[in-house]
Amino acid sequence: MTDAVTFRGVSRHFGSVKAVDEVDLAIHDGEFFAMLGPSGSGKTTCLRLIAGFEQPTAGSIEIFGERAEGVPPYLRNVNTVFQNYALFPHMNVLDNVAFGLRVKGVSKAERRRAAEETLELVELGGYGTRRAGELSGGQRQRVALARALINKPRVVLLDEPLGALDLKLREQMQEELRKLQRALGLTFVFVTHDQDEALSMADRVAVFAEGKIQQIGSAEDIYRRPSTRFVADFVGSSNVVPADLAGVGQTGQWASLRPEDIRLDAAGRAATVTGKFFHGRVTKLSLDIKGQSLTALIPAHEATPDIGETAYVSWDASRAHVMELEA
Amino acid sequence: MHSDTRAPLGLKLSAIGGLIFLLAPIALIFVYAFTTEEKSFQWPPPGLTTKWIGVTLGRADVWEALGLSLKVAAISTTLALIMGTLTAAAVARSRFFGRETISLLVILPIALPGIITGISLRSAFSLLDIPFSTWTIVLGHATFCIVIVYNNAVARFRRTSGALIDAAMDLGADGVQTFTLVILPNIATALLAGGMLAFALSFDEVIVTTFTAGNQTTLPIWMLEELVRPRQRPVTNVVAMAVVIVTVLPILAAYYLTRDGEHTAGSDK
Repeated sequence: MTDAVTFRGVSRHFGSVKAVDEVDLAIHDGEFFAMLGPSGSGKTTCLRLIAGFEQPTAGSIEIFGERAEGVPPYLRNVNTVFQNYALFPHMNVLDNVAFGLRVKGVSKAERRRAAEETLELVELGGYGTRRAGELSGGQRQRVALARALINKPRVVLLDEPLGALDLKLREQMQEELRKLQRALGLTFVFVTHDQDEALSMADRVAVFAEGKIQQIGSAEDIYRRPSTRFVADFVGSSNVVPADLAGVGQTGQWASLRPEDIRLDAAGRAATVTGKFFHGRVTKLSLDIKGQSLTALIPAHEATPDIGETAYVSWDASRAHVMELEA
Repeated sequence: MHSDTRAPLGLKLSAIGGLIFLLAPIALIFVYAFTTEEKSFQWPPPGLTTKWIGVTLGRADVWEALGLSLKVAAISTTLALIMGTLTAAAVARSRFFGRETISLLVILPIALPGIITGISLRSAFSLLDIPFSTWTIVLGHATFCIVIVYNNAVARFRRTSGALIDAAMDLGADGVQTFTLVILPNIATALLAGGMLAFALSFDEVIVTTFTAGNQTTLPIWMLEELVRPRQRPVTNVVAMAVVIVTVLPILAAYYLTRDGEHTAGSDK
């Protein structure tokens, strides 16, 4: 099966800034793929490379087996949901959604029908005559999605699609996006800096840092078996500790140990409590074991020692993961 | 802040004084358009008549000057709309070496005294052996008309999010479609406002025109010449009234057109 998007040694440099640096990547057909990373890590540039707004300075990009370098955005069968939606302010919702068909020369009656149908799909039936400015953030998001989907793209690109929404709406949209993607069987590529979002929504996640991909894998892979210190720390703020302390690997190696895998255990090792934060569901303890600082998340119903006291903690060595040696 | 407190009497008086100072001379021009005395300006006017309107309408030199002024204003405004918009697009959309310098250089003609612009254009024309014609007047006027359009357009371009253009391209619109369907509707009011302002400025321009006109007469130049000659003086006032109306209306319209649209198009929130 042909992959939806393939990057081979793709770089995009802006002067001396290596926004994207020799990235290899294969996004499978029908996959929900997340590009996760802090700002400036190259994830958005990668998305723009797929959309065609940027051209690679080196390497090759294929979209469903066809070379994409030099092909302008308007000739690519991919559509983007922009970060701030970028709805056309001088058009109503229906005209916004129908825009892609209009520039292709589809008749007015036909594109109206298609636009109304697509609006139904995103549960905005009957909103056609409203202006973009009259809609709430969540509704604009749906219009932007409908505007992309009406063109029947083979790949849908989403740039921080939920960034501007409040938490509750965000969770609802996450679910809907996921459902829609499954129902339509399309390839979704979405960029986010929110690791929860990436882990909960995506089939596979690529973690970006400084223009390079640190790790590509399933959500569980990335979380349980981070390959680098950066991934361990960025995704779920893991403890990065010497492997022998974690009880795995060999001296000189480093291991990732998730804060929620550390538990209070009277038979465990002694640690000094240096900080204590109540988070509702859990209590976060900052610990110090012989100069090595650790973070532990303890279920809130357990009694926890106070700052300055000694906590006894243990963990399953099988939960710790030895990482590749790297900077 | 203190909208409920009333202005002190002194402030009110000075405001009224200021308004009288600004507007009384203009009112006088209107009054003298209807005076019966044709050789000198007498206050109060010995009598009132509307005959000068008829006389003005019958004067071929007025029509000729008006025709030339309208033609020059129309051509310079069109030229300015095209060049000003393109320059604004380049300056607002892309970053390149010397961008700010170009921005400054474009605005310079309006900061420069008209007399300098006039002298430099005149010497340029004579150096290049260009005979004076309607086109030399147009060139002179275009220098400041472009600035007006450019200023309006560049502000609107900066407020129109670049993501809109990306979105149009992404949805399959080529360059021409993106321009006509997305860019133009978003900058249209700014261009209209800039165009009207440029038209009004060109219509009553005197200084640059005196240097670039040769022996042709635009309406303002005609008025200047007419004031020296004490023949049918109120005709000049009738023309002045017409000029005030022709220039004030577009400027007011331009003001109302650019007043709204405070927020950036396309980057809501």
